Amino acid sequence: MASVSEAKSLVLDRITHRFASGTMAVSDINLDVKGGEIIALLGPSGCGKTTLLRIIAGFIGQSEGRVIIGNDVVDALPPNRRAVGIVFQNYALFPHLSITENVGYGLAARGVDKATRNKEAQRLLDMVQLGPFGERLPRQLSGGQQQRVALARALAIKPSILLLDEPFAALDKNLRLDMQIEVKRLQRMAGTTTLIVTHDQEEALSMADRVAVLSHGHLEQFGTPSEIYDQPQTLFVNSFVGTANKMKGVVVATDAGGAKVALEAGGEIIARAPKPVSASDKVTVCLRPEHLTFVSDDTGFGGEIGMALPLGATVVHEIKAKDGTSIKISQARTGGTPLREAGTPVRVAPLAAGLATVFPE
Amino acid sequence: MKSATAASTTAPRDVTSFSLGLALPLGAAFAIFFVLPLAQLFYLSLHNDTAATVWGLGQYIKFLTDPFSLSVLGATLLLGAEVTLACLVLGYPIAWLYQRSGSRVQTLIIMIVLLPLLTSVVVRTFAWIVILGRQGIINSVLQSLGLIGTPLRMIYTQGGLIAALAQVQMPLMVLPLITAIGRIDPNLSDASASLGAGSWRTFVKVMLPLSMPGIIAGCTLTYAAAITAFITQSLVGGGQMLFMPMYLYQQASTLQNWPFAAAISIIFLFAVLAIVALFSTLGRRARGYGDAR
Repeated sequence: MASVSEAKSLVLDRITHRFASGTMAVSDINLDVKGGEIIALLGPSGCGKTTLLRIIAGFIGQSEGRVIIGNDVVDALPPNRRAVGIVFQNYALFPHLSITENVGYGLAARGVDKATRNKEAQRLLDMVQLGPFGERLPRQLSGGQQQRVALARALAIKPSILLLDEPFAALDKNLRLDMQIEVKRLQRMAGTTTLIVTHDQEEALSMADRVAVLSHGHLEQFGTPSEIYDQPQTLFVNSFVGTANKMKGVVVATDAGGAKVALEAGGEIIARAPKPVSASDKVTVCLRPEHLTFVSDDTGFGGEIGMALPLGATVVHEIKAKDGTSIKISQARTGGTPLREAGTPVRVAPLAAGLATVFPE
Repeated sequence: MKSATAASTTAPRDVTSFSLGLALPLGAAFAIFFVLPLAQLFYLSLHNDTAATVWGLGQYIKFLTDPFSLSVLGATLLLGAEVTLACLVLGYPIAWLYQRSGSRVQTLIIMIVLLPLLTSVVVRTFAWIVILGRQGIINSVLQSLGLIGTPLRMIYTQGGLIAALAQVQMPLMVLPLITAIGRIDPNLSDASASLGAGSWRTFVKVMLPLSMPGIIAGCTLTYAAAITAFITQSLVGGGQMLFMPMYLYQQASTLQNWPFAAAISIIFLFAVLAIVALFSTLGRRARGYGDAR
């Protein structure tokens, strides 16, 4: 089994793909994935993430750009010669073959004799804790078990890259968390460079070493989960990953990496500026609900309580700001967290300077 | 599941007897016009003389010990096998193409495949005579191109007959195949390729086993239709080739030997049933059967 040190890297070099209809699917995507990393391709449906996965697997030939696995440009190789393992969203197990035959399928295609491949299939089935199920047919297994078979089948060919296409979407919530932990454990064991395509931000943030956020075929940001969450580079990333209150305003002053913004809702706020802004620019300020707090001084902005939502571990208040914008503020629930009544006038401010982010319109 | 919801919404009524009642007209027609004559045929076949007065198994013994009769049976079953094979080999790629085409091409393929069914059997058969005859289209084209000196003999040959029958029976093969191939998850061939299998291996190991329900259904239909195609067999096959339907007809109509004709029918019926049973057993043993989702 490949150890982390020999795991292959994956480079997407200026990948662009247009469909036959002329629609731009992905545009100028650059990704540099280190050997052994888990990367999540995160985005809403139609953002091009599945197209990108199919390009890496070789099912689609990209219009422009190169796919480089290890030191090899693989663009000329058909899917069956790329050694890219895929776990499909619906698992795509061969329904007429036993679990052992499914797992051994890739080895059979490589001309490995039956005894050897059955032994290897058994080893992999033991690894995914399905040792006694080898004789069964896929339909005799549950969804989570089928997924582990699909994973074992993909790992059996010792792939240089492992691709997971929405792997947990079909599982119910409890099983999903178990499988996410399981997949991460197996990926660490195998040390295989892994790409997970997902529209689920929690999945991306919890599983991946780095996350690539895609929107409309463009790469919005590529960074660690903390960078994506805490330092979003674009308005899309800020609102797609996590929750964000969006407020309109005008820049009154700037300094290195930050700006002071006069909100339309009244009040001024100091915000981080990942993209340069200058004075009197119209801007959107993003504030995460958990970064806001009620204040009794005159910082932040004013409004009145619209609704209080006690959500178990957190309490969310919806606030109507002066300009009519609806703002959510989320607080960890402690014994003394009061639920505020609708109509109560309040002032709200970021917990600390720099937790707000400003983007040019 | 459906009946459960239906039972809960309708008034308490015995659903089972209700649906049986609906099937009654067809069942009655079936009993009167099929089961009864078949029983009569069987009764008739159990007589040794043409007037059907002496009981005995003579007609069966006569058929099964007569080399000529057995050769007619053999030729008929062989013809069915050859036509079925031709339909399968030619029809599978059509069904395959259908599943990989856009909706316009799909409509066109269905039209072309169904066209033989929409023309009269006599017209269609004479068309084949025009195509395959000594002065037919193929011969005149080949002759005018200088490729052949004397006309090829195609009409009244086994090959010509197979071509004509295969054309007519093609829809019976292609339609079940289209359904079966359409049910196969397209991700499976991608999965196979990503695991390192070339397109031939993917076809043999994945697509073919999973289209087995369609292959079995298509073969059964084609086979049954090909061996009983009286008109095409007689007109394109001509007088030199004798198959069971014509043999039967001669015995009954020309020689007025009804008990022997009845025995031929029963033997033919069981021969066909045996082949159909063989097909479905093969199908059930193939592990993809009924499993193609």
